[in-house]
Amino acid sequence: MKIVVCIKQVPAKDAPLVIAEGTWIRETDIGFEMNEPDSFALEEALRLKEKHTGEVIAVSMGPERVKQTIKEALAKGADRGVHIADDKSHLLDPLGAAKSLAAAIEREKPDLVLTGLQSDDHGFGQTGVLLADRLGLPHATLIMQIGVEGDHLRVKRELEAGWFQWVELPLPAVLTIQSGINKVRYATLKGIMAAKKKEIVTIARESLGATYDPTQRIERIYVPTKTKKTEFLTGTPKESAVKLLEKLKHEARVL
Amino acid sequence: MNILLITEQREGKWNRTSFETLAAAQQIANETNSRLAGAVIGKGVANLASELAASKIDEVLLIEHDLLAAYTPDGFTIALTQAIAQAKPDLILLPHTYQVRDFAPKLAASLGKGMIGDCIGYRNENGKLIFVRQMFQGKTVADVVFEGASPWFATFQAGAFRADLVAQGASKAPVTPVPVELSAAQIRTKPLEIFREAKQAVDLTQAPILVSVGRGIKAPENIPMAEKLAHLLGGELSASRPICDEGWLPMDRQIGSSGQTVAPKLYLALGISGAIQHVVGMKGSRTIAAINKDQNAPIFEVADYGIVGDLFEVVPALIEELEKSKSS
Repeated sequence: MKIVVCIKQVPAKDAPLVIAEGTWIRETDIGFEMNEPDSFALEEALRLKEKHTGEVIAVSMGPERVKQTIKEALAKGADRGVHIADDKSHLLDPLGAAKSLAAAIEREKPDLVLTGLQSDDHGFGQTGVLLADRLGLPHATLIMQIGVEGDHLRVKRELEAGWFQWVELPLPAVLTIQSGINKVRYATLKGIMAAKKKEIVTIARESLGATYDPTQRIERIYVPTKTKKTEFLTGTPKESAVKLLEKLKHEARVL
Repeated sequence: MNILLITEQREGKWNRTSFETLAAAQQIANETNSRLAGAVIGKGVANLASELAASKIDEVLLIEHDLLAAYTPDGFTIALTQAIAQAKPDLILLPHTYQVRDFAPKLAASLGKGMIGDCIGYRNENGKLIFVRQMFQGKTVADVVFEGASPWFATFQAGAFRADLVAQGASKAPVTPVPVELSAAQIRTKPLEIFREAKQAVDLTQAPILVSVGRGIKAPENIPMAEKLAHLLGGELSASRPICDEGWLPMDRQIGSSGQTVAPKLYLALGISGAIQHVVGMKGSRTIAAINKDQNAPIFEVADYGIVGDLFEVVPALIEELEKSKSS
């Protein structure tokens, strides 16, 4: 089974974000990491390969730094990487990003394409579905379990409020993976060493020939204005605890 | 401008966020002098179309077909593409549900158009519509505008608008059946049974007080501390998604878009950053208190009381104070 998994590199969870001019954040002085929802997709790809044999190809788009995230995927067990190079890919709208990814993935002719459900930076939550559309493949989203049954898949799709649904779809297909589907592995030292010999092919995004007609534009980004005025309680832990209980008892009257 | 609202139902029951988006659609239609139509899609849903027609709306489109009885992304995309071709809307609004996430980007892309998803609001600046959505897990907000020719697609997050603000019409709007052509061969996915994993062991919606833990709790060994606090306060223990994903608490303790939606009189968030998926499930709480080490955590956007500090110091202090007052 040939599996392509799309992984995005995003600012680290605890990175202090400073809004830069334009519509992005200042990239200097902050760390980057694999988008957490995509790490579940990668893990699922590795497990499917271990069960059914095959190949896992990690695809990521962005500037030079995203190679580090591809290397992490290789260290965990992906077989090779494809880097779609573009310093300004964060300015693409969801459809534009999906068209470029689809153009690169098409060349691989995969049996299965996996993505996370959304990214922790833009949070569009559209890439997987749009990829399926561009590749002309069926899809299912928010997947919590994957069964491969010959030429088709039987997947458990999460609905809202604790409901699930079984869905069958033919291969090749695109799935977006719900966070929490599995326990993500760590890279081993052996894996890290092995990754050094694995191939990462870099393709310039423009060379893919994907057209770009923006459908939307981010005008500005800013720190949200508070809808509620938070009363911050200060002091030592004991002092703030006493103050909080006082407030809850006598002001909010909820205790 | 022509606005089309696409509502959501399953097995003849509304997804209530449809009415939140209806409230948004009515407001936009009113401000921009637009015509508003609403679509109901499925099979045997004429009664829902009739119900929708009682609201302040110009027309209701009833899109029915045997192959639309169960949701599939292919079936819904093909049917709605035909309905859009007939109704010619400029702006198409949908509630940002799991189902909409599954087909709406495809629907927009099949027309070569884009979708601004998961909006928390909009602004009308002299007729120019600016859609507001969160980025970086709620740490920043973005103003987004459409580019290129209509139709434009936008979805609104649950809780962004209030369903109780939906205006009723002076008279019933006409319900227009929209015939669609659809064949079984066009539908590639096969929807099977819908089920619940396990019966809900705890109904968190009934708890007057919830003490909720997030990533900041760090390890499963620390859960009993939060549990003790919950019991001392006479409440239940709940959690954000990552805690349940880790298996530290069962899934039925989860608050948020994929868990339960609650509105207790007190919601005490311990080490929860406040990602939007969590906040939509608890922002209706009467009083919200949050303890977090990061003073910029989005949870403080919705909190009435906040303590910026180490929960491993503050929670034991809370427990000590509560035990002291119990024994005195």
